[in-house]
Amino acid sequence: MIKSNSGIRKTDVINRRMFIIGAAKVVVFVGIVARLFSLQINENKKYLTLSDKNRIREWKLPPTRGNIVDYFGNVIAGNLKVYQLHIIPEQVENFNYLLVRLKTLLNLSEKRIVKINKLKAELKPWDSIIVSENLSWSQFVKINNYLYDLVGVKPVMTISRNYPFNDVYTHVLGYVSQPNEQEILENEIIQERFVPGMKIGKLGLEKKLENHLIGTNAIQRYEVNAYGKRINQLEHQKGEQGSKIRLTVDTEIQKACGELLNEKAGSISVMDIYTGDIIAMYSSPSYNPNLFLFGISQDEWQLIRNNPLKPLINKTLSGLYSPGSTIKPIVALSALENKVIDTKFKVKCTGKMELYGQTFHCWKEKGHGWVSLKNAMKQSCDTYFYEVARLLGVDRLNITAEKFGLGKKVLGDYFDNEKRGLFPNTKWKKNNLGKGWVLGETLITGIGQGYIQSTPLQLCMMTAQIANGGFAIKPKIIVDSNPISYEDAKQSMESGLLFDTDSEELLDKKLFKNQKNIRIVQEAMFASTNERFGTSYKSRIDDPKYQFAGKTGTAQVKRISKRERELDLELEQIPYKDRDHALYVAYGPYVNPRYALSIIVEHGGSGSKAAAPIAKKLFKLIIDRHDLRNKQSNFERITV
Amino acid sequence: MFQHDRLNNEITLLQKIKSLDYILLISVILLSALSVFVMYSTDGGEILFHTKNHFVKLAVFFPLMIFVAFFNIKFWHNFSYIIYFIVILLLIYVSFFGIKSSGSQRWMDLYLFVLQPSELMKIAIIMCLAKYFHRIKIENVNSFTSITIVLTIIIIPIIFVISQPDLGTSILIALSGLIILWLGGLKIKYFIYSFITFLISLPFIISFLKPYQKLRILTFLDPDRDPLGAGYQIIQSKIAIGSGGLNGKGFLKGTQSYLDFLPEKHTDFIFTLFSEEFGFIGSVGLLILYSIIIFRIVRIGAISRSNFARLFCFGYAFAIFIYIVVNLSMVLGLLPIVGSPLPIMSYGGSSMLATMIGFGIVLSAKINHKQMIA
Repeated sequence: MIKSNSGIRKTDVINRRMFIIGAAKVVVFVGIVARLFSLQINENKKYLTLSDKNRIREWKLPPTRGNIVDYFGNVIAGNLKVYQLHIIPEQVENFNYLLVRLKTLLNLSEKRIVKINKLKAELKPWDSIIVSENLSWSQFVKINNYLYDLVGVKPVMTISRNYPFNDVYTHVLGYVSQPNEQEILENEIIQERFVPGMKIGKLGLEKKLENHLIGTNAIQRYEVNAYGKRINQLEHQKGEQGSKIRLTVDTEIQKACGELLNEKAGSISVMDIYTGDIIAMYSSPSYNPNLFLFGISQDEWQLIRNNPLKPLINKTLSGLYSPGSTIKPIVALSALENKVIDTKFKVKCTGKMELYGQTFHCWKEKGHGWVSLKNAMKQSCDTYFYEVARLLGVDRLNITAEKFGLGKKVLGDYFDNEKRGLFPNTKWKKNNLGKGWVLGETLITGIGQGYIQSTPLQLCMMTAQIANGGFAIKPKIIVDSNPISYEDAKQSMESGLLFDTDSEELLDKKLFKNQKNIRIVQEAMFASTNERFGTSYKSRIDDPKYQFAGKTGTAQVKRISKRERELDLELEQIPYKDRDHALYVAYGPYVNPRYALSIIVEHGGSGSKAAAPIAKKLFKLIIDRHDLRNKQSNFERITV
Repeated sequence: MFQHDRLNNEITLLQKIKSLDYILLISVILLSALSVFVMYSTDGGEILFHTKNHFVKLAVFFPLMIFVAFFNIKFWHNFSYIIYFIVILLLIYVSFFGIKSSGSQRWMDLYLFVLQPSELMKIAIIMCLAKYFHRIKIENVNSFTSITIVLTIIIIPIIFVISQPDLGTSILIALSGLIILWLGGLKIKYFIYSFITFLISLPFIISFLKPYQKLRILTFLDPDRDPLGAGYQIIQSKIAIGSGGLNGKGFLKGTQSYLDFLPEKHTDFIFTLFSEEFGFIGSVGLLILYSIIIFRIVRIGAISRSNFARLFCFGYAFAIFIYIVVNLSMVLGLLPIVGSPLPIMSYGGSSMLATMIGFGIVLSAKINHKQMIA
């Protein structure tokens, strides 16, 4: 029984102690439940986010650039489907073997292989390496046939910039290509949307309007496992295409400009004289911007770079030329406005003019005899304008010239490469060259030689502002949010006022003191083209519908020596680089004028032989397309 | 005495089956079924290696549990010391000829499956100490000799297990042993003194820890110090559990495990997967199921006439409880990471074998709860 007693006591101890443990167990389990509650209920959102962050990985796709269209809605910078080949390194079993296979299949160069290996080292294993950006259809099919052997290779269909008119718009649009590091760092939007393989504007409007054109990335979401391998594709977030930009240009006319300047170096600009719309702006020779999309080959690049006609220079905006005789309308206008001359004022041209022992030659050795303003303009008599310039003085001439847009940028900030040109005056010379102005310099300025430098677009704008009756216009190449129709612009101009779209005010845009003087200059330009002995008489059109008025110019590129003057060589006998630039400015139709143009043919010889005939061919097309253009009044409102 | 002997002799097979604890049995079956489904989920929703093996093990060990239950509790009492010595021998064998895997030597190849004797020790130590305290007079419990003996019983297997090395299992063995000392009537002050001594010598003990064990403690204190390295497991585990929410992501829809963010999801982190897919409700449900099992075991202990059965049941109930607590605290970020499986749920043959034998002995105690042991 003692044993049994002790047994009972032991049982009591065990039971009592068990009870204590039981209580402890309940406490601990409640603690665990509390922990579960805090993780799963209180902090559920936080952990759900973390779990999604674990499993979802986003891939940004290159954004689709906005289209650029011409005035009629034709796409001049669009997008094209292209076939590409990507490698996803993490999925590749044997990278070197794969490269050897691809090398034979696609004829990849050794350089390309090195580049791919470099990319592989730089990128994350799940980022795709672009092996080939633009596969031909047959290559694409070939790759697809061998896909079983090419683990980790992904044939991709994507979108790439495309310029359907090839070289027609290169100098207006520029081109796109892969950005370099600096370009990515400079632009926050590019930085944010950058993905390998993305292209950005490198030049021209493509560059200037980058932030409007760029578009937003499409985002592909994949569920990935812990090793980064894609398991499922989740919802796809569509990107937005960049803004559509409508330009004022007319592709038909732009194309014609290109054809007319074929194999020549030069530029043609065409402008609406009321709205300031740039109808065409062509610099020749051009080059194909599509070559730059997938990296231009060294050979092609050298071909463009070494072309003596310098296709890389936008001659319309950054080519600086002496205007030659095309400045004469401004000289005449300035003299009339300052009452230095009147229509009856005459000068006797003997073929040369002596001043302080220096001889200034007229282009016509025998001289023109007694000439009035109209005849002097018609036959482009240099002696007359020497005398007028002498009487007028360079400073008064400078004021008129600058009013009409010389020495200033025409398109403002739109093109980085636009040049200001130069119209000198006495102060300028003193400040920049440190010397006093010499009267002889006034004389040669009067025939558009010497210090004076202008871009073809400036000459076009100058002509347009004479043609519209002497009113300031604001040239533009993008159809903006408040476009002025042709009629409105014309009407407001004829009333002497112009509606300014920026300040939304009616502004006095008169560039003249007396509009009669503009008329006189217009008549003289008309005579130059449409009356016998006019310098561009041979290029006239008699049909009043197309009849135009203009002024030729021949700009010397070097001083003519006495010997050369006596030799009077034919154009072909002079070395190309020493030949004169041929210029022509014109507007038409003469009655109710609508468009102005400027033409420059580098080293083309005389303006009447090389430049004016181009205007004749062009004017017919420009005026024929006027009605079409007028009907195109459905202005699309685009904020730029 | 005669009456009891007669009773013992007269229990037929049918009576044995009738007197099984069906609530416990059903709970174990439910838990087993659940574990197969969860294993199926860890295999990515396919019947693959883990699911198949887990099912086969259940199919073998569940009948084994019944088989164990049909032996009289007296038999298990008689063989307790022998079983303890056999497991010690196995531990010695393993320490010389065991299979090495990822830096530790814990397993022996039994051709059909690989046995981890330290798991069996979790049961054997409870049996051995239960028998000791059953036999000893209550007056002698706190004698020097007695304390020396029981501490030796605990320390010997721990030395072998810790040298494998396997800190997690040795802690569990120690705790299982200590609980019997507590139940057996060891003075409370001894526990308090040893606990204080433990705290004081903690820095000293830590200096003896292996670098990876120190790292685990540091990681526990601040998982974010190395989120992709040492802290990875615990961070991913917390994300999985936390993202489960109230209802869970749904069966087979646990992204953390499905996409391989969860490490060791078959074994120590099985609860994480379960909790991610079945949420707070499921997790609490699982805890309730475990609580029922523990409660039933305690209840069987409480109705047992012999102190051996009583001590074993109470001790085993506590052991199950402590396995669950250590495992859950680990995956919930409440304790440093120590390898410890979740009973029945985790993949692992030896652990399941030991657990099932334990249940078998408990059931044997139920069948023979009126049995007195001299």
